[in-house]
Amino acid sequence: MGVVRTYLDRMARRYAALPRPARLALIVLLVIFFYVLPLLRPPIITTEQIDFGGVMFGVAATALVAVGLNIVIGYAGLLDLGYIGFYLVGAYTTGVLTAYHFAWPFFLVLPLAVVVTMATGVLLGWPTLRVRGDYLAIVTLGFGEIIRLIVTNVGWLGAAAGIKDIPHPPNIGPAPKPPFDQGGLFSIPSLQWDGIIPSIDQGRDTRFLIFGALSAVPYYWLILTFLILILFADRLVKDSRVGRAWEATREDEDAAELMGVPTFRFKLLAFALGAAIGGLSGSLYASSQGGYINPQSFPLLLSILFVAAVIVGGAGSRWGAIVGGTLVAYLPERFREFADFRLLVFGLALMILPVYRPQGLLPPRRTIRARVAAKEIDQLEGRDDAQTEVL
Amino acid sequence: MDFSFLFTNIVELTITGLAIGAVYSLVALGYTMVYGVLQLINFAHSEVFMYGTFAVAWVFVFLHGTVPVTQSLGSTIGLLVVALLAAMALSAAIALVIERVAYRPLLKRGAPRLMALISAIGASFALSELMGLRDRVVGWVGLRDNLDNYVSKARDTYSNPVTIQPDTVFHVGSYGVKNVDIMVIVAALLMMIALDQFVRRTRFGRGMRAVAQDPDSAALMGVNASRIVRGTFVLGGMMAGAAATLYMVKIGSTRQDSGFILGVKAFTAAVLGGIGNLRGALVGGLILGVAENYGAGIFGTQWKDVVSFVLLILILLVRPSGLLGESLGKARA
Repeated sequence: MGVVRTYLDRMARRYAALPRPARLALIVLLVIFFYVLPLLRPPIITTEQIDFGGVMFGVAATALVAVGLNIVIGYAGLLDLGYIGFYLVGAYTTGVLTAYHFAWPFFLVLPLAVVVTMATGVLLGWPTLRVRGDYLAIVTLGFGEIIRLIVTNVGWLGAAAGIKDIPHPPNIGPAPKPPFDQGGLFSIPSLQWDGIIPSIDQGRDTRFLIFGALSAVPYYWLILTFLILILFADRLVKDSRVGRAWEATREDEDAAELMGVPTFRFKLLAFALGAAIGGLSGSLYASSQGGYINPQSFPLLLSILFVAAVIVGGAGSRWGAIVGGTLVAYLPERFREFADFRLLVFGLALMILPVYRPQGLLPPRRTIRARVAAKEIDQLEGRDDAQTEVL
Repeated sequence: MDFSFLFTNIVELTITGLAIGAVYSLVALGYTMVYGVLQLINFAHSEVFMYGTFAVAWVFVFLHGTVPVTQSLGSTIGLLVVALLAAMALSAAIALVIERVAYRPLLKRGAPRLMALISAIGASFALSELMGLRDRVVGWVGLRDNLDNYVSKARDTYSNPVTIQPDTVFHVGSYGVKNVDIMVIVAALLMMIALDQFVRRTRFGRGMRAVAQDPDSAALMGVNASRIVRGTFVLGGMMAGAAATLYMVKIGSTRQDSGFILGVKAFTAAVLGGIGNLRGALVGGLILGVAENYGAGIFGTQWKDVVSFVLLILILLVRPSGLLGESLGKARA
């Protein structure tokens, strides 16, 4: 573990030292790699027992949720244990508007779902954000559970049976004509591996761009595209006045208020933006391959897993959130052969990790800087065993 | 909305609500004490409770066998006392393990509080899964056949072989108050009074309050903080064990995941009363139990949890730090 720690830190430092074009090229390469990953199906990484494209979709959806929750927990420092509620609102808005009561087109409903979720965030945040700290945690947990119980009990929202046959996103290219014409513009093959020797797998084509039942990869591409867009937006917001206001509020709410930061408004903004991203992910989840949602898809436990994803990755770091979300969604699927033991192993991993990475896997860079500064201050003051608490 | 149902059954709803609320209170004490001393949400406390319920079930199987019978409270009381002791011991041991494995290594390294929460979540998962996989674990050491009564169907609901038949003690209006409910409420109150007095009067209790107020100064005054923390976990575990016994008397069955929702409720109760406050946990638990029952009476059982969370949110809006809002450290001797 210690090796991993120094390795991760060294990687992060070396990346930061690269010239700008080189960094850009690296990022582009990484992005391309992630787009083709479900087609490459590299050995070891690929999940053999369950459709790899579907797993990657789940991973991307969780990463998107983690990026949204990172705004709330990491940037603004608000412990939200009921984030699943927003994911649910996004999914159900999509389900109701495209399938259950109306038949509106997907690309109209998607932004609408985001707006509805954002409004829910404001609505829930308005009364709750006045309470602080751990009280907020339990209040948000309560709201998450209330939302879930409402969809379980209200017949208009499908009740316990949920919503079936949610339409998929529209296709690009000619529609498939079963049984032989799969539609789409062209076909992209997948690889298969014999040890380390790759070859083309004829039986596993992905039609560009058909959102159907055959391949989960187009859904993955769609959500990955949104993830990348959100990451850009996240970066812009974080580096703006808003991001600095969040940071100030997180570090010391009273001091920030004294300095003229309207902390309540910024906390509400963080809540709303985080909710919107959760809603986006939920909406994409609802219209994904399965096209089916029910209240059991949104247990409270999942909400807690989302929080774990953000903190394991390193609260306040958007790459950390992605890494955390990826781990939380991917590891249980990858280790399906341990079937019954995977949750036990996952729990043990959650216990072991904080001991070795108390700041998370990829802590935000400012934290490292702040730690160094704090250490220097300690040395100046002649204390060398002083422990500095961050966050 | 069915107010007439509420009014005709108000006595029954109140009494049973108080009984389940008393269980919430006892579990809430564990959350509130650890929060008072460490300012941490001990997420794994729900599993401490869950292990207690299994300790009760195992004592019954061991001393009584697996033949299901229904008997009165009076003839079960001996078994219950043994079960209570076993549950308190096992729960305290589990709490101690959690402190040792999930918290101490982190606190020693000065990890952020959120990380301790993650570690506790991990401990909660691991403990709950371990209970659900106990047949496998026992299988590895080759005791699967010998312990079959205890480990078979590890993931299913586990019912106590002895079903306690409630007897009516006295009548309030037309409702006969059951001895089981009375026993649960009285036992829980006795436990809480004992704990409250322990924290107020003993040397250890004074140490606890000192650490809750200011750990550094307490250490300077010669309080062994890590001993206090350990003791706090043990006390919380014992209360959870007692709660588990009363829960098994009242509900009669348990499962490897039965801790989670009860833990959420108990934590809600702790926050409702003011987290870090022992008497707050009592008040919060009882109010939550009764409010839940009333809510279920008015809106139907499926809205029970909605009512309790809405109540929590409303109370926190008016009193942002809970009903009694005073922390453990400020409690006067």
